[in-house]
Amino acid sequence: MQIFQYLGATTRSGFAKLGRATFFLFHCLPGLIDVLQRPHLLIRQIYSVGVLSFLLITISGLFVGMVLALQGYYTLSDFGAEASLGIMIAASLVRELGPVVTALLFAGRAGSALSAEIGLMKTTEQLSGMEMMAVDPIRRVIFPRFLAGIFSMPLLAALFSAIGIVGGYMVGVGMLGVDEGPFWSQMQAGIDFYDDVVNGFIKSLVFGFVVTWIALFEGYDAMPTSEGISRATTRTVVNSAFSVLALDFILTALMFGDT
Amino acid sequence: MSNTYTQDTLVGFFVACGIAALFYMALQVSNLSSYLDTSDTYTITASFDNSGGLKVKSKVSVAGVTVGRVSAIKLDKNRYESIVEMQIEKKFNTLPTDTTASIFTAGLLGEQYVSLEPGGSDEYLQDGDAIDITQSAIVLEQVIGQFLFKKASE
Repeated sequence: MQIFQYLGATTRSGFAKLGRATFFLFHCLPGLIDVLQRPHLLIRQIYSVGVLSFLLITISGLFVGMVLALQGYYTLSDFGAEASLGIMIAASLVRELGPVVTALLFAGRAGSALSAEIGLMKTTEQLSGMEMMAVDPIRRVIFPRFLAGIFSMPLLAALFSAIGIVGGYMVGVGMLGVDEGPFWSQMQAGIDFYDDVVNGFIKSLVFGFVVTWIALFEGYDAMPTSEGISRATTRTVVNSAFSVLALDFILTALMFGDT
Repeated sequence: MSNTYTQDTLVGFFVACGIAALFYMALQVSNLSSYLDTSDTYTITASFDNSGGLKVKSKVSVAGVTVGRVSAIKLDKNRYESIVEMQIEKKFNTLPTDTTASIFTAGLLGEQYVSLEPGGSDEYLQDGDAIDITQSAIVLEQVIGQFLFKKASE
């Protein structure tokens, strides 16, 4: 009997949380006005969310591209198809790895920081303090961070893919001796701008939205204790990773299903 | 103030890098740069018994050099033939009217493309002209079937 009680309570609290998260999202949308009036709020957040993730993303992209070139080369050389290395690296980076790995790194680097920051603001009653001064903290504090996350994520994913391709080129052409001509020409023949690059961009936009939303909501919804903040940070990373991977499947099925 | 100024500069640098990466992918990695401007091309058509795995944007080549791309593949409802419409670049406007169009496969498992073999006529194909002599795509199943049939009858 207790099992049913537990299941019911868990399901209900899950739905309640989703409802709160949706209200939270709609509540912060009017913050756009505040951001337009004070663009500096946004620039400061782009700095802490985007610029500080820059080095992590570029270095990870470089190594992912280099590993793809090595692994792809060993398999493709069995079939004498080393020339297809370029298209293999570019397709997997632009379509999948760029948006997904960037979103996972972004959740770990920026998402957890956002959760902890908002959670601590709530715990130390800074948010309540703002309310006392008739400043809506959701509009003033949360929305600039939200917008910064949505804005930074596609740029980071594009950087990741571009640097990854350069890394693949360095290993494939520089170290393994794949011919440079077909490396680029097959890549250009196989990657369609609208089907691949733009769809990858849309993917990263969606991931940026979801990861930032989860991070901010978990921080805002955290129990105002030190344990609550630590749990919120963990949940941010876990839920973001889960949502990104599940959404990736859905988006891939929608975008590349008919080709 | 200098601190916020540095921050602005770094954000600007970050945004510029992101946009540069997008441009890089558009121009160097994808085929955006090879999309043909239709104002520089003229259209010719060819009807095949079977256009096989030919697709829109498949390449059209003369002697191995890409001169254009397939722009549309339609079915002729009366003759049950496949009508392939091709955009050829204007600088290659000296294709004779008795040019032969064949559908070949690049490599054993590669993409299919249209190959044009120029004939000896003095007149050149104009915009909207049709190629009369065509050779259909080779369908592997048919070839294997014919081979087996020949073997069995021996």
